[in-house]
Amino acid sequence: MLDEAIRPLEPASADEIVAAIAEAGAAARRIEVVGGATKRSVGSTEPVDVVLSTQRLDRIVDYSPDELTLTAQAGARIADLERLVAGHGQMLAFEPPRWTRLLSARGEPTLGGVISANLSGPRRIRAGAARDHFLGFEGVSGRGERFKAGGRVVKNVTGYDLMKLMAGSWGTLAILTELTIKVLPAARAETTLLLFGLADVRAHEAMQAAMNGSFEVSGAAHLPGFAAHAPPLKAESAVTALRLEGFEGSVAARADALTTTLSGFGRIDRLDGDHSREFWIQVREVEALAGDPRPLWRLLLPPAAGWRGPHGLPGDALYDWAGGLAWLASEEPAEKVRRVVRDLGGHAVCLRGGDAFGPREGPLAGLQARVKAAFDPLGVLNPGRMEATP
Amino acid sequence: MPAPDETLIARKAEILRALKRIVPGEGVVAEPAELVPFESDGLSAYRQTPLAVVLPDTTAQVSEILRWCQANGVKVVPRGAGTSLSGGALPLADGVVLGLSKFNRVLEVDYANRCAVVQPGVTNLGITAAVEAAGFYYAPDPSSQIACTIGGNVAENSGGVHCLKHGLTTNNLLGCELVLMTGEIVRLGGKAFDADGYDLLGLVTGSEGLLGVVTEVTVRILPKPEMARALLLGFPSVEAAGATVGDIIAAGIIPAGLEMMDNPAIRAAEAFVHAGYPVEAEALLIVELDGPEAECAELAGHVRALAAQRGADFVKVSADEAERLSFWAGRKAAFPAVGRIAPDYYCMDGTIPRGKLPQVLTRINDLAREYGLGVANVFHAGDGNLHPLILYDAEKPGELERAEAFGADILKLCVAVGGVLTGEHGVGVEKRDLMGEMFDATDLACQQRVKCAFDPGLLLNPGKVFPTLHRCAELGRMHVKGGKLAFPELPRF
Repeated sequence: MLDEAIRPLEPASADEIVAAIAEAGAAARRIEVVGGATKRSVGSTEPVDVVLSTQRLDRIVDYSPDELTLTAQAGARIADLERLVAGHGQMLAFEPPRWTRLLSARGEPTLGGVISANLSGPRRIRAGAARDHFLGFEGVSGRGERFKAGGRVVKNVTGYDLMKLMAGSWGTLAILTELTIKVLPAARAETTLLLFGLADVRAHEAMQAAMNGSFEVSGAAHLPGFAAHAPPLKAESAVTALRLEGFEGSVAARADALTTTLSGFGRIDRLDGDHSREFWIQVREVEALAGDPRPLWRLLLPPAAGWRGPHGLPGDALYDWAGGLAWLASEEPAEKVRRVVRDLGGHAVCLRGGDAFGPREGPLAGLQARVKAAFDPLGVLNPGRMEATP
Repeated sequence: MPAPDETLIARKAEILRALKRIVPGEGVVAEPAELVPFESDGLSAYRQTPLAVVLPDTTAQVSEILRWCQANGVKVVPRGAGTSLSGGALPLADGVVLGLSKFNRVLEVDYANRCAVVQPGVTNLGITAAVEAAGFYYAPDPSSQIACTIGGNVAENSGGVHCLKHGLTTNNLLGCELVLMTGEIVRLGGKAFDADGYDLLGLVTGSEGLLGVVTEVTVRILPKPEMARALLLGFPSVEAAGATVGDIIAAGIIPAGLEMMDNPAIRAAEAFVHAGYPVEAEALLIVELDGPEAECAELAGHVRALAAQRGADFVKVSADEAERLSFWAGRKAAFPAVGRIAPDYYCMDGTIPRGKLPQVLTRINDLAREYGLGVANVFHAGDGNLHPLILYDAEKPGELERAEAFGADILKLCVAVGGVLTGEHGVGVEKRDLMGEMFDATDLACQQRVKCAFDPGLLLNPGKVFPTLHRCAELGRMHVKGGKLAFPELPRF
């Protein structure tokens, strides 16, 4: 929860946010923007003068199941939105993670927060990231200007795709006030195939074989022994999991075909229905590393090289996105983590215990800084959230 | 377009010398006859001869060209295959066209990471051709895919008939190499997911050549579905077809493709390719289902039943791959087919909330009568992307202007019912002056500041997308000055 020392501003309208930013800019104050305040551990903690929470902007503006769109204010809670669309047989296909236990937070993640951080769960390999479902928004830039981009329809190329820029900008460019996202029909059935005792390299071979066939795998994770021991699996050794979702007949046919393809990898078990759902929530929430005191890293890697990242870095790791995402708890120096991952063609983001993104060099550093300045020239919004300011 | 700068045109010889120094041999085109093919793109109503065309074949040359042009204040228009339907590659009288046609190699296919690294001049279909033997394909499939290039697809964020299920270009990219107007080269993304910092790859995709020149692209490739099956469904009314589309989505089915054609489009296509379309139907749906055989069979049954409930009086399910492709042949040839029934046609590209379809089609037909012009409608029905084809004759005085005014009215109508100006063709020159229908001055200023972050001299593809070009210095002004608040009247906390 928020520090007692700073009582957050809780604007109830975009105009009040405009006023807060104008005031902050005029007085050279800096604002930390929070939704449910669940991801405050991310990024270096630069001192701020004001904490601004979007909690009161929590209205659902429009939900059109037939149009596959949902418009809500930034402070709407993800759990509420998921309940709403589930009532119509739909889902937020990017499977937004909560990470509350993982990051030792107590609040409830909001739509604005999840989109601003571009957080996606295991289904990212099939359905795309949060950014791929973000259709339009209204917001207030660091200049204190209300503006909008995109639209409320699922297909639109009118103007620059500022949705992509806002997704993953961690509130450093603008405070989003209202967002439109795409929703999709929820799967009628799901099943998860489990392989046991595979070494990390072998597990990646299995995930690759599954991903490279026409099985439409919607989750591919590998939990080494330390992570597989926990419930609901309570497995004695490593577990490699592959999820299939869709209509019943289709899931059954694909599960049989995938079982045949993976026959060389040993015994295969299945988790169905609720057991499968429970398992993937564990993967999504990285339960195995929750409460771990070490710095926590997300390593984004070319999937086939997934295992190579953690193997150069002592610590505990587990794998999602068919190897494209490795979660690592490690005491290794940040520079070394970033170098190892960069050499493999990826990048590392620290979620706890250090700067989120590393120092940047060359023309890209200049470009990123100019983009920041285009929206927030005075550096009012979320200082240090994405990178340390010198 | 912005008025040409006569002093630049007067410097043509000097500009040509500089370009030839950077790209020796036949890479610089300046002879009037040789410039003709570059005068327009897929939006052929607009034509302009460029000052020169330069065709580099290395990233280093692109970088040098841009650096020189930046230093000398010369405008640059990037061009792929020139298939843009919004005038995105329309040349400037005082500008250089930078053609990427020599960047035509597939650099790497990486099956282990399910991606391909290609140069921007590789055609959309060329990517699939490079990977299909291994059972993969590149998903976005604009109808011009045999000709259009991946570089152009990135610039326009191209869609296609299968983007309902598999996404637009932006959803299928992993990385690119981008040369800025300063000549600086940056790499955005790579083979890993998610951006390292701001998602500039996502920002550049669909930026219509205004932010940088793409010199390399890393795309995702997907395993081909086990099979695909298509259904042709004929309806006695547009309303019934539209309602069926809603029913399919409500049943939890996201087809691989979901297309609608109205009667004039059905007749034109059938006369052209003999795809077996029902020429008496008021509306035709093409529904494609892909996946395992069990799924295709099950869902085809669902879709048939839903269509029957809405009164479909023509149903045909593809029996084999040849028949499935023939169903699509009519739709994919809809534009040239319409080209046979009128001397000229003008293709629009708005997106609307699907539920507004009957209302919008009725209004389009009313407008057609008011303007005295014919119209045929093809429609990516699943995602609400409308392509009215306005029929006219450019030889008849005033018809082009009437067609343009009719088109503008259609797009305003799309915005008025909650939709947008363009679903997949881009703003370009064509819809530039309509941007104010969707965005206010502040919205546009926010977008133009992004332009300034990439190209402060406004030399890259000027005259496209934005109705007015503000100098970057003007846009940089802050509303907060000297401790005075911008909105003193607003409540404080």
